[in-house]
Amino acid sequence: MSIEVRNIKKNFGNFSALNDVSLDVPSGELVALLGPSGCGKTTLLRIIAGLETPDSGSILFYGADATARQVREREVGFVFQHYALFRHMTVFENVAFGLRVRPKETRPSDAEIKRRVHELLELVQLDWLADRYPPQLSGGQRQRIALARALAVEPKVLLLDEPFGALDAKVRKELRRWLRRLHDELHITSIFVTHDQEEALEVADRVVVINKGQIEQVGSPQEVYDHPVSPFVYQFLGNVNQFPSHVHDGKARIGNIELKLNAHHATQNTPALAFVRPHDIEISKEARTNQAGFEAVVSYIHAIGPLVRLELTRVDQTELIEAELTQERFRELAIEQGGNVFIYPRNVRVFLED
Amino acid sequence: MSIKAPSQYSHYHAKVARSRATSERAWVRWSLIATMLAFLALFLIVPLVAVFTEALRKGFAAYLSALIDPDALSSIKLTLIAAAIAVPLNLTFGVAAAWAIAKFEFRGKSILITLIDLPFAVSPVIAGLIYVLIFGLQGWFGSSLIDHDIKVIFAIPGIVLATIFVTFPFVARELIPLMQAQGKEEEEAGLVLGASGWQILWRITLPNVKWGLLYGVILTNARAMGEFGAVSVVSGHIRGMTNTMPLHVEILYNEYNYAAAFAVASLLAILALVTLILKSLVEWQSARSAFANEQNFS
Amino acid sequence: MTKHKNILPGFNLSLGYTIFYLSLIVLIPLSAAFIKTSSLSLHDFWAIVTAPRVLASYRLTFGASLIAALINAVFGLLTAWVLVRYHFTGKKIFDALVDLPFALPTAVAGIALTAVYSSNGWIGSWLEPHGIKIAFTPLGVVVALTFIGLPFVVRTVQPVLEDLEAETEEAAASLGANRWQTFYKVIFPAIWPALLTGFALAFARAIGEYGSVIFIAGNMPMVSEITPLIIITKLEQYDYAGATAVAVVMLVISFLLLFAINGLQWWFSRRTSGVV
Repeated sequence: MSIEVRNIKKNFGNFSALNDVSLDVPSGELVALLGPSGCGKTTLLRIIAGLETPDSGSILFYGADATARQVREREVGFVFQHYALFRHMTVFENVAFGLRVRPKETRPSDAEIKRRVHELLELVQLDWLADRYPPQLSGGQRQRIALARALAVEPKVLLLDEPFGALDAKVRKELRRWLRRLHDELHITSIFVTHDQEEALEVADRVVVINKGQIEQVGSPQEVYDHPVSPFVYQFLGNVNQFPSHVHDGKARIGNIELKLNAHHATQNTPALAFVRPHDIEISKEARTNQAGFEAVVSYIHAIGPLVRLELTRVDQTELIEAELTQERFRELAIEQGGNVFIYPRNVRVFLED
Repeated sequence: MSIKAPSQYSHYHAKVARSRATSERAWVRWSLIATMLAFLALFLIVPLVAVFTEALRKGFAAYLSALIDPDALSSIKLTLIAAAIAVPLNLTFGVAAAWAIAKFEFRGKSILITLIDLPFAVSPVIAGLIYVLIFGLQGWFGSSLIDHDIKVIFAIPGIVLATIFVTFPFVARELIPLMQAQGKEEEEAGLVLGASGWQILWRITLPNVKWGLLYGVILTNARAMGEFGAVSVVSGHIRGMTNTMPLHVEILYNEYNYAAAFAVASLLAILALVTLILKSLVEWQSARSAFANEQNFS
Repeated sequence: MTKHKNILPGFNLSLGYTIFYLSLIVLIPLSAAFIKTSSLSLHDFWAIVTAPRVLASYRLTFGASLIAALINAVFGLLTAWVLVRYHFTGKKIFDALVDLPFALPTAVAGIALTAVYSSNGWIGSWLEPHGIKIAFTPLGVVVALTFIGLPFVVRTVQPVLEDLEAETEEAAASLGANRWQTFYKVIFPAIWPALLTGFALAFARAIGEYGSVIFIAGNMPMVSEITPLIIITKLEQYDYAGATAVAVVMLVISFLLLFAINGLQWWFSRRTSGVV
């Protein structure tokens, strides 16, 4: 483990930003802290960096307790959300800063600094901007300079706070692929904070889902997407339909239908929430006798792109259900707006209410 | 003077003038401009011109001799000394206060800001008076000062103290809002990169607020050199000894030596004009860098 | 969110130095005035601060300051309007010149205004035949106080006017308002807090003013003698207690004004930032 977070608690006044958070980050991994704004993910990142002090708990770097260490002694690289480039310094001086402020004994020579800075600027492919000032750069360029600056001090750990948050959609996509490639090249243990599930799922080796100051789930992108452990994770990662239901003897009752479950066999009459992804909703024109389903009216069709999105209204309730199907299947079924269909949920996950 | 077509550089004016609905008729515009010019002329321009005309009334030779009079020279020297001490002290204070207030949260912050403003609210005469109460003959430390043969009141230290008091808030007032607006992300970035507190201050914070700092220094200096009321109370008006330039002007004026009084006054007026020019330059520079910064965020 | 424990260095040093320096230069000396006054009995204090000559000086100081601040409110608003809205040659120079009263030493302003407004001055000699005397009368005090308060209203109103959106005025016009209606129903409500703040600042500054007034006032007891001059006169007669008593009255009023202005600005910034 290169970073260990042990029982971190942090309050701001009456607000509990982090409530007993523990986390292990193995060496060389790229980990995403994912959660809605205000969930405490940035606070956790800042505590790891030493920019914030926890009320209790400890941070270990490579097994050594770093909680009491000053920021400047932690050897972390930190990329700020708005980059925090020094406005009055050129790109070159920004990157060189961390080397220049070292005490005389450990400070590299000017020639060495120059060599290192250019090396880093080449790494981020922006060597040609060395003499510019930050205000003259585009958002994506600033982002990469901020990264080069953070790497200049050869950090043991790289921390990025919403690294793509301030960029527009296109640059964002490019940069996150670039960050992934860079990480594969450098293998520096990295943690980044994001509220964008797509970003976390695409870039990270592992995703840490945080909600209300607590870790909900840790796992590979595949794991957290396919097997969410809580209603929150279900809702936060991807679209999902949610049905209030009752669980009784291994069956979930939703409205007037009953679905067989693979769990909760001993549960008696407990209210629960059932979750179904839109692509797990099967649609049929005819009622099936061997399968429990709802009758619904097609209230809206979005047919742009490879997938067709349907908004359906159950006949027995006013609740809206979202379904996704391929263009092919859509044409096969010849669905029309206002028409009646039958829907059959697959892969239903049920969470009991407590 | 003529009303020009709105220039495209000033988009605001262009915007306003473009639509007839949101601009005034020509005669309204004209009379408003004329009223403003009359007002400024009556209160600012005519008195300013008068300083120089009165100063040169007896010719250039008399003007020069009034300036190189030993008493005048010593008053200039004292004014420069007072400013040279007051400006750096208040500058240091301003930076310290702005650092504490802008970069940290603590209880009583707004009270502290109000207290820093106090000297603006106090009449200069009272600013002088309070130092007389402390260091004067019958003051708190009066007798012990006499015992050690230290003179504060009716001497240079008193003048310096009064000058510091009246120029106390200028730098802090400029820096606090500026540093608050800049946040502390850049400082934190410096910290993560291994910079010490002093390195952060010198290499990151101060370069970022340099225009505001300079602005504050210019205002402090102008007020320090021009202060009259506070200095008048503590100076004792000893010619060639404890007279600053404004006090020297007063003495000459009260002696009906008008030409000489205005001659020295003209130096102070030039100082004021230089101050205004520097101030405009600094404003222009900082607006330019702010504009550059804004551009890249959009 | 309340307290962030901040990891930036130098908090204790900078706050400590700030409080130390503030106490040394401002707080302790100011408290001397109050401590000195407490040596007087209430009866003596009251007798000093309500002596007829002192009362007359309050009337002049506050009356003239009020008139000067009102003049500045009207013409300052007009000046700010012209500087923001209209374009004419030399505008930048006039804009810069507005700050002259901040930069020009008050003694210089005092003798210059006296020279211009006395009966043989450029403006005074022109007014004299009409029976208007300015220098060496209370009117002169008003002129000097108008001079030193001039930048305040302009500089507080100007940025607010600049930030006004042209759209709101266009909206008013499209709804059928004429220019004057647009001004007093749309523009004025937006700028009047700034105007009030500028007025209060000019008034506060005028009350304490000394240098520019004493040359032009004539300083006749009961007629054209301002309160700061009363303090100086008492000091010159070594009546420290008397000078301090009057000073305390002025200090209290100044502090109240300062708090009022801070309150105004706080209220004003809340209004403009839209925080409820």
